[in-house]
Amino acid sequence: MRRFVIRRVILAALVCLTVLVISFSLTRVAGDPAMAVAGPQATAEDIALIRKNYGLDRPLPEQFLSWVGAALQGDLGSSYLYRAPVADLIRVRLPVTLTLGLVGIIFAVLIALPLGILAAVKEGTLLDRLVMLLALLGQAMPSFWLALLLIIEFGLRLQWLPIAGLDDWTGYILPGLVLAFSAVPALMRLTRSGMVDALRSDYIRTARAGGLSRASIVLKHALRNAAMPVVAIAAVQLGFMLGGSIVIESIFNLPGVGYLAWESISKNDFPVVQAVVLLLALIYVVLTLAADMLNAVLDPRLRAAG
Amino acid sequence: MRLRDLATGLGALIIAVTALAALFGPALVHADPFAQDLTHRLVPPVWMGGEPAHPFGTDQLGRDYLARLVYGARISLLIGVSAAVTSGLIGTTLGVLGGFFGGWVDDVVMFVITCRLSIPLILVALAVVSAVGSSLAVVVLTLGLLLWERFAVVARTTTMQIRNLDYVAAAQAAGASRAHVLLREVLPNIAHHLVVVATLEVALAILLEAVLSFLGLGVPPPLPSWGLMIAEAKDYMFFSPWVIMVPGLALFTLVLGINLLGDGLRDLLGASRDA
Repeated sequence: MRRFVIRRVILAALVCLTVLVISFSLTRVAGDPAMAVAGPQATAEDIALIRKNYGLDRPLPEQFLSWVGAALQGDLGSSYLYRAPVADLIRVRLPVTLTLGLVGIIFAVLIALPLGILAAVKEGTLLDRLVMLLALLGQAMPSFWLALLLIIEFGLRLQWLPIAGLDDWTGYILPGLVLAFSAVPALMRLTRSGMVDALRSDYIRTARAGGLSRASIVLKHALRNAAMPVVAIAAVQLGFMLGGSIVIESIFNLPGVGYLAWESISKNDFPVVQAVVLLLALIYVVLTLAADMLNAVLDPRLRAAG
Repeated sequence: MRLRDLATGLGALIIAVTALAALFGPALVHADPFAQDLTHRLVPPVWMGGEPAHPFGTDQLGRDYLARLVYGARISLLIGVSAAVTSGLIGTTLGVLGGFFGGWVDDVVMFVITCRLSIPLILVALAVVSAVGSSLAVVVLTLGLLLWERFAVVARTTTMQIRNLDYVAAAQAAGASRAHVLLREVLPNIAHHLVVVATLEVALAILLEAVLSFLGLGVPPPLPSWGLMIAEAKDYMFFSPWVIMVPGLALFTLVLGINLLGDGLRDLLGASRDA
């Protein structure tokens, strides 16, 4: 167990380092950032001045190290567009994205878990097939298209929910649903297969033979075993969701990190882009690490193995 | 079981129809997908009372929707298949090497896979396309370079399962070179798993291309990518919802078809469930 944990932590640290290099180099493939800042009308002297002021005239490894050093202290550089520290820009917007991700994962679990359990309990019946069909349809649904359809239906025709912006908590409902939708098929399949395996196992047969009620068997005994991998995958899915928020936030005009990233990409504001890439990657690394640890703690086989 | 076959058949049918439309559609549909006609803007499809000259209606610039859909099918299929081939080459190479050699090679492969997974896909794809400039080739390469991890994971696990089997050992004992063992013994015996992954990746690449184009950083206008069609039409969706319904349904149906076929193939070929 300890060996597993140490290996896993070292791997996570190495991944973080690689992500630092990637997010740094990502914005340098575009060519000269100084030209992008200066704009089309700038003279050669302007560009040279900008290059000097932003430290872009130093060798790349040096720029990288000073960027990493500053990032470790929470200084992610400053935005060319907003003329403000990137860390501040992100700090203001992060709660929106995190809330959206949480709403999304809660919706996803609320939809996927009951349906997955239902499919497993009624394995092989028409109901099971319908649930699996729903998973297939969900997998094929382009999220941005679903978002537009929901906006037309619930925002415009029925006028139940706001379609853009965040005046109050109801602004999270539609985007949260769309975000949830992308995670539902995977979670549903996993719940179903976990429950099917659990319901076939010996301890369930024993529980049945012992005369426990069906509801108690399904919900207390089988679910407890089937739910663990689902929780772990849900953590990973949350990481993907935060990455997917860029699409959802730009459609629903939510002032989150995803929207900021989209805006910065289209306006060449590269310090912001690299900071957001870094942030989302780090969140993902931490979430998967947590999920692996959770799995290790819960799975006695992993616990025993060294 | 009958239902399964039906679903697989439906998937194959959807793909066949789309492929035929992509290949021969432009020859059959007489309208020009790029020709604007401002006197015929936002004509609804015929089943909603439109004009027979434009069976699927026209967009906000009066361009024929059917012609654009058919042309868009080309783009979707082209990008989906090319990106899957690119990512297949990368992922399979990594996975087979890691699975076959184990040890530090495998550690490196696992590390690369983990790094790839931690990179926010859409964000990085957008940033790269924005930096390099959008074109079909850039979109294909970007997606190909980002979507290989499932190939790698499946190739790795399946290679591990067979690397100690008799026929691999026999080939090695017979003095076959490493390259021969990998290409002639290992690869053919994991190929059926990879075919299933490939279908899923084609579907994923098509969806991602649509997302990139929708956000304005995929296929450059005026090329009629389905995602771009939805993006361009979305300002008009409140009064004419079909402008986003038609390309969205096309996208949804094609991806569904590919997934149905993929699921069918998985059962047919006995591929692993995590493929």
